[in-house]
Amino acid sequence: MKRLKESLRDVARYPSAIIGMIIVLALILFSFYTMWKIPYKEAIKMWRASESVVYKNPRNARPTWVNLFRKDKLPESVDVVAGEDEEFTKVSEPRKSGGNSIEFVYTFDFNYNELPQDFFIYFTSNYQSKNPFVSMTLLTPSGENIKIADTGISRNQNYRFEQDENLRTRLKRLHRGNEPSTAMQGIFSKLGSDPFEIDKGTYQLTIQATTFEEDSDVNAELIMHGKVFGFFGTDHLRRDLKVAMMWGAPIALAFGLTAALGTAIITMFISAIGTWFGGWLDELIQRITEVNMVIPYFAVLIMVGTFYSRSIWTLLLVTIILNMFSGSIKSQRAIFLQVKESTYIEAAIAYGASDMRIVTRYMIPRVIPMIIPGLVSAVPSYVFLEASLALLGLGDPSIPTWGKVINDARTFGAQYQGMYYWILEPAAFLMITGFGFALLGFALDRIFNPRLRGM
Amino acid sequence: MTTNDNNIALESTVEYSKKASQATAKRLFRFFIRRLILLMITIVIGVYITILVANMGGYVDTILKSAIREEVTMEVAAMSAKTQIPEVERRELIESLIQDRERIAGLDKPFITRSFTHLKNALTLNFGRARFMISDHGSRYVRNIILERLPATLLLMGTSQLLLFAVSLFLALIVSRHYGSFWDKLIVALSPTSSIPPWFYGIFLILFFAAYLKILPFGGMVDAPPPPTKIGYFLSVLKHMILPAFSLFISSFMINTYSWRTFFLIYSSEDYVDMAKAKGLTSRAIERRYILRPTLPNIITSFALMLVGIWTGATLTETVFLWPGLGTIIYEAVSKYDTAVIVGTTIIQAYLLGITVFLLDFLYAIVDPRVKLGGGK
Repeated sequence: MKRLKESLRDVARYPSAIIGMIIVLALILFSFYTMWKIPYKEAIKMWRASESVVYKNPRNARPTWVNLFRKDKLPESVDVVAGEDEEFTKVSEPRKSGGNSIEFVYTFDFNYNELPQDFFIYFTSNYQSKNPFVSMTLLTPSGENIKIADTGISRNQNYRFEQDENLRTRLKRLHRGNEPSTAMQGIFSKLGSDPFEIDKGTYQLTIQATTFEEDSDVNAELIMHGKVFGFFGTDHLRRDLKVAMMWGAPIALAFGLTAALGTAIITMFISAIGTWFGGWLDELIQRITEVNMVIPYFAVLIMVGTFYSRSIWTLLLVTIILNMFSGSIKSQRAIFLQVKESTYIEAAIAYGASDMRIVTRYMIPRVIPMIIPGLVSAVPSYVFLEASLALLGLGDPSIPTWGKVINDARTFGAQYQGMYYWILEPAAFLMITGFGFALLGFALDRIFNPRLRGM
Repeated sequence: MTTNDNNIALESTVEYSKKASQATAKRLFRFFIRRLILLMITIVIGVYITILVANMGGYVDTILKSAIREEVTMEVAAMSAKTQIPEVERRELIESLIQDRERIAGLDKPFITRSFTHLKNALTLNFGRARFMISDHGSRYVRNIILERLPATLLLMGTSQLLLFAVSLFLALIVSRHYGSFWDKLIVALSPTSSIPPWFYGIFLILFFAAYLKILPFGGMVDAPPPPTKIGYFLSVLKHMILPAFSLFISSFMINTYSWRTFFLIYSSEDYVDMAKAKGLTSRAIERRYILRPTLPNIITSFALMLVGIWTGATLTETVFLWPGLGTIIYEAVSKYDTAVIVGTTIIQAYLLGITVFLLDFLYAIVDPRVKLGGGK
């Protein structure tokens, strides 16, 4: 306990150690928060990107905070449910001839310089045999009333502005033959402007629904796909990058820490046992170390990834196996050879301690302080190893990781199309993780390694 | 003492040193041969393990089998081009020929025997044919695909690593001379940046210099179409090499400078350095003879470890920069699921690692006085 306190005080003298420690602790807390906030199964489901999960998300949307740095603000994504949100009202009246007449009004400001990606209205209704009918009109800031559509709706109907051919033709007529390239351009541009100019101000979308049965009711959810979404943005499959950014942390930590700890502990045991028993065992371990140095470990990992399994845990196991006989066996052996000759070992032999007892109780504790810095500094290399494999397309297909996001971004041309957020976000997370562990590891190295003290 | 005596003494010294250098050369040669044999055994075992891993799912067998099938089918097609053989008969002929060839290749033998066949093929760089990939010259032999790309990798790696070695050694010397100065502290503070692999720096460099500033190319090795003149070609390659070489350089630069500076500091606190200072030697002489000389083995060891590690980084750096080297082959092979090429590149890398280790061992032997003079064990 006293020693622990002393070493903690030692650590506190190095500012880099403190920064590193704070980053590592923050990452660990963040991981636990993630696991609590988005349970694993839910995260996997969200990352699989079925339509029912991602329908609200625009494609390739930048994060919302980019608007802070832009003069031309990008339209934000909107998701409102009639009756639940203030700006989307629902008034229902019974009709004389049976059924109800329901009026939805959605009032919104549009002051952006760019067009949204799409407009959707999801209708849900209940009826026995006669389906309800809706007609939609949009009042623009310049006072124009644009008829959007008149249509009957089923129990679950979704109306997409961009897919309505009739709307397109109507908009073309409204713009006097000057054809807008998208329905959004037609709707949000000043009538008669050439080239198209966005009509800024307050819009009002009115949906008039008529039902023909006593208990028949209609509900509407309106979704506008903007060009920014959430704190992290979305990718080409309309997945919220939040899932990958958040779940990347626990996965990276689990992979990095397990690999570093597993390798360090196994290596330590191997070199301790080899040195203690000596003879052919020691000789064999040394030869294996040399062979291990020639095996191209990354290429073998790639081979295992392509041929056998892309599961992150298989790759973790192979990583540990390939790193067990690393070069650090040689340096640890040198220390163990010294330890082996010390008098307290002699004393242990004299009182009849077993071989295993000497190895585990007398030899290994001596090197633990020496391997801790290396262990901590090794974590980033394993974290990046996972990212490297993902970059080659060998990431675990079901798990969202930072490396996989970078791979997606590169594959779908993020760097050529200016979607920098897609690469920079996971990169920032990877870098913070790398720096945190490296800072801590370097400081620990200077504390535990007496030759480096004060250097 | 007379002049004559002096001469005799001088002659005997010369004689002695000649003998000593002869003995050293002999010892070095013996060391060299022993290491070479040991390393060859090591490489063979390393390649064998790689083969075993690759063939766990029978992939190497499949590569060989499909190579045989293709060969036989083509031969039979050539044979029956002019004579009309019924379809059934031809198929029977193909199948029986394939069986014979497979028996000759040892594919019906037990696993252990087969694995040695594969080992022999691998050691002679006989990796069979690729399923989908074709070398730039149109060959489908894996060996040609790999050997064609090897120079590009060696060019990139050689340039960046030599630069790295020279610059960081030079800087480490300067910084260690000014221990505690701003630059020294900066190097110490920045050394954790080396925990980030080169390809990662590569992505940032591409984003900044290629996508944002648009002054350097995104990747590749030469402009398309390649410049007609030799000088133009050279300049074009140089321009494409800046970013990948720089990212390989920058990712190891800080840690290298840091660790060498630390070596220098440790060695300059030795008593014999104080002694040399007391003798009044110039700081340049002290540096060369008393600090740099004894640290050389350490420097070479750390450089060796870094070089071995850098092969990993190079694979991805090349992929990120679309540099047409070994790394890009691996990437292509993985995405096209070309098993023969994956096994081939893995084995080539084992060879390259072996050669690296051997060369550095040799360098080590030259600079380490324990090997050179004492004869070691």
